[in-house]
Amino acid sequence: MADFIFEIGLEEVPARMIAAAQAELEKRVLDLLNRERLLDAAHTARSFSTPRRLAVLVSGVLPRQQDVEETLTGPATKVAYKDGKPTPAADAFAKKAGVELSELKTITNAKGEYLSATVKRAGRDAVDVLAAEMPKEIAGIYWAKNMYWRAGKPERFVRPVKWLLAMLDKTIVPVEFAGITASNITQGHRILHGDAPVAIAVPKDYESSLASAHVIADVELRRQKIRKALDAVTRTVAGARWREDEELIDTVTHLTEWPQATLGGFEREYLALPEEVLVTVMRDHQKYFAVEDADGKLAPHFLAVLNTQADENGLAIIRHGNARVLRARFNDARFFWDVDQKIPLTERVEMLKSVTFQKELGSYHAKTERVVALTGQLGDAAEKSGIELDHIAVVEAALLAKTDLTCELVKEFTELQGVVGGLYARAQGSTDAVAAAIYSQYQPVSMEAGIPATREGQLLAIADKADTIAGMFSIGLAPTGSKDPFALRRAANGIVKILAEGDLPLTLAEIRSLAVNAFKGAEVEKLQSELIGFFTERLQFYLRDARGYAYDVVNAVLASGADDVKDALARAAAVAEARGSDDFAAIAAAFKRMKNILEQAHAKGDVAAAALDAKLFESDAEKLLAENAASVGAQTAPLMQNREYAAALKAIVSLRPQVDAFFDAVMVMAPDAKVRANRLALLASLLANFTRIADFSEIVTAG
Amino acid sequence: MSPDTFLRVLGPRPWRVAYAQPSRRPADGRYGENPNRLFKHTQLQVILKPPPAEIQEIYLQSLAAIGINLREHDIKFEEDNWESPTLGAWGIGWQVMLDGLEITQFTYFQQCGGIDLDPIAGEITYGLERIAAFLQDVDSIYDIVWAREPDTGRETTYGEVRLAEELQFSVYNFEMADVKKLWEHLNSYEAECQALLDAFKALPEDADVTTRKRFPILSAFDLCLKCSHLFNLLDARGAISVTERVGVIARIRALAVGVAKAYAAQQAA
Repeated sequence: MADFIFEIGLEEVPARMIAAAQAELEKRVLDLLNRERLLDAAHTARSFSTPRRLAVLVSGVLPRQQDVEETLTGPATKVAYKDGKPTPAADAFAKKAGVELSELKTITNAKGEYLSATVKRAGRDAVDVLAAEMPKEIAGIYWAKNMYWRAGKPERFVRPVKWLLAMLDKTIVPVEFAGITASNITQGHRILHGDAPVAIAVPKDYESSLASAHVIADVELRRQKIRKALDAVTRTVAGARWREDEELIDTVTHLTEWPQATLGGFEREYLALPEEVLVTVMRDHQKYFAVEDADGKLAPHFLAVLNTQADENGLAIIRHGNARVLRARFNDARFFWDVDQKIPLTERVEMLKSVTFQKELGSYHAKTERVVALTGQLGDAAEKSGIELDHIAVVEAALLAKTDLTCELVKEFTELQGVVGGLYARAQGSTDAVAAAIYSQYQPVSMEAGIPATREGQLLAIADKADTIAGMFSIGLAPTGSKDPFALRRAANGIVKILAEGDLPLTLAEIRSLAVNAFKGAEVEKLQSELIGFFTERLQFYLRDARGYAYDVVNAVLASGADDVKDALARAAAVAEARGSDDFAAIAAAFKRMKNILEQAHAKGDVAAAALDAKLFESDAEKLLAENAASVGAQTAPLMQNREYAAALKAIVSLRPQVDAFFDAVMVMAPDAKVRANRLALLASLLANFTRIADFSEIVTAG
Repeated sequence: MSPDTFLRVLGPRPWRVAYAQPSRRPADGRYGENPNRLFKHTQLQVILKPPPAEIQEIYLQSLAAIGINLREHDIKFEEDNWESPTLGAWGIGWQVMLDGLEITQFTYFQQCGGIDLDPIAGEITYGLERIAAFLQDVDSIYDIVWAREPDTGRETTYGEVRLAEELQFSVYNFEMADVKKLWEHLNSYEAECQALLDAFKALPEDADVTTRKRFPILSAFDLCLKCSHLFNLLDARGAISVTERVGVIARIRALAVGVAKAYAAQQAA
């Protein structure tokens, strides 16, 4: 069994693309070995990457494919032989199979007798197979953005390929790509090792040989080293902690081959700038980690992850340089902040007329007018349901919400839109409610992120998103398949999440119909029905993916209503809890049966009676079910009113004995039309009363 | 963009050049108040077509040559692709970060004037003010010692050379540039550029090489650049709405593409 190491050396690959490419290369190499029957069952594989390389190491590679015998089927015997003599068809087949005519045999299958040939295929050496096949695998790696670099443009890749390393044990596998032939040589760290070649003796030495050339090829190892280095330098400041930032850790891991961390400082005066701005400058623009003091407040320090190992002297220089850049960045932010204050947000509303929201939907000024109206209406609806709300604040927030788009600070740090508006509103004397609502209007930014903290913020966030969704749908820009350029799904997910996790008593139906009002030109009914489907899908997604409910529970619950998010959530919780019991499964199956019977009856033209007639009951089972159903109905009505669905379900499930007895003793489709109509009416009322929680026929029951 | 870059990267002929080039971005003006931002800064542009295989190593050596000991610094190549929509040009590359400071834009040009390049060109753009401030370790660009008189030792700072210009051009670019006039200038330069391009196209089939070679395509490019600058001015002035923007960019891009095509045809003549 042999080891195979393969490495592509590159000019610096974009950090964001490395992890996926590393995984893809590993998969491609394993698939190739497997396809070519070169992979031992007990193989192991590891992959590596740095900004300058992608690599995979496979142990358990067969040095040679096994020989195989293959039986080829040729033309029918009657075609291949005429009067006992071979025809050109027989000759051609023998030639193709590479055997003499005399070696051909015949086989008989369902269609008749055919010529056949047994071909021995000699196994090829792994080295040959890999040399022949690897170039296609390299070329096939997906990159979000490719480039040409050689004259004549023979190939595209993410960045120029500099070297290839390919070895099967001690043997070089001469893989060729981009004018380069693989060798046993790799490269070390640009600065710390220089351009002296690093020769790999055997594949297993790959990692250690690179380590001695100042390259940590293992991504997780590098990640750990970075975390430890950040811890260590932060410890030099008493009580300080660095702000956890998984994404940034990931980025710097993919930007370094030999990481080291350093802690620098900045003048306290910059702490007067809002923390959001400081952190954004550090994280997004400089890739620095922020440091907080023992109270969790931002401290005047930053952490930079370096791709080198400098001595004290070098570190001092590097720290000094980084601090200088950061100071300049902070100065810039302060400049923007000061310039922006010259025109208050209230005066910027008018300026939104020249900022396009969407060509057909008009400017941000037009959007602001719609959202102001919509927040007002939604606020009314919420207040009617008895919720307290600072109505004036929410409308003022809606009016100012988009004005920060005209501010220099947002033009510079676009990721701070909303946040900057909120900070400016506060600085310019708006109430906390207004400022907080503006600040949080884009929340939640993902399914994991928090929703706006205040009701006013939640209302504005819903209105803003609903307006965008209704507007885009009204001009035919609904998301399709994997394409959702305006992030409308994310917007709708946000609305669902806010309704589910906040306490605004609004339904999706109210939000939809009020939002659609603003787009008069559209075909309102078509738009409404599209939006119903869209929002139901989002609610489904939320219940399944964010809350983890089984798909059949979600389908059952939503079939009984998908407008009230909180209600759907309560029903899903109850159904998920109840579904484990035998009685529930039996009741669910029985309801499914009832539904089928009613559907079949309906198809035949049999109609349920308008009202139940106790005199028409022929058996006790029938009578008992009707009586018990009535009492359970009386019991569940107030429970459902209070959304005590678990208790309501328990009561419904308690009907099982009567339901079972009914189906044992009674034939619904009785010959007498009146009796039949009465029995159908009994089933219909059961279904109507008890499937308001969920359509039990959607529940998948075992067996 | 200098014709030494824009036009010379077109076509098959190898081309290696380095030159200092002022770059004007009206929207980046800060009235001379910001220690790191300038409306006009100076770049050292290097074009290597086709790019040598060791272009990155050569670049690093160039840093060492101006006194940067890379062992005492942190250098990273971070993804940063370059694009000029008005000139129909784009490339793949990096911003080179030295101790957290972007000192160079390093680009493999893929397209210019809407024409796919073959061979492609490597473009290395050094930000001279930033590098000078870094080397001299000054916090403000304006404190850079720009020249030292050899006989008296008197120093002239960058501020003495440039501060007034930054202030006054910021005032003009943001406050006083006459929007109506700017549009008129744009329209008139566009028309003249287009007229030249039309005239070149209208040259008779049998026009001799001399006639083709003396045709002022370079002047047409100059007019196209003026349009591009006027667009930037109008943009800084806040006079172009987002919707208009796309249209104006397309107009200038059409000129750039026309110039690139004409230049290629002229070269082939």
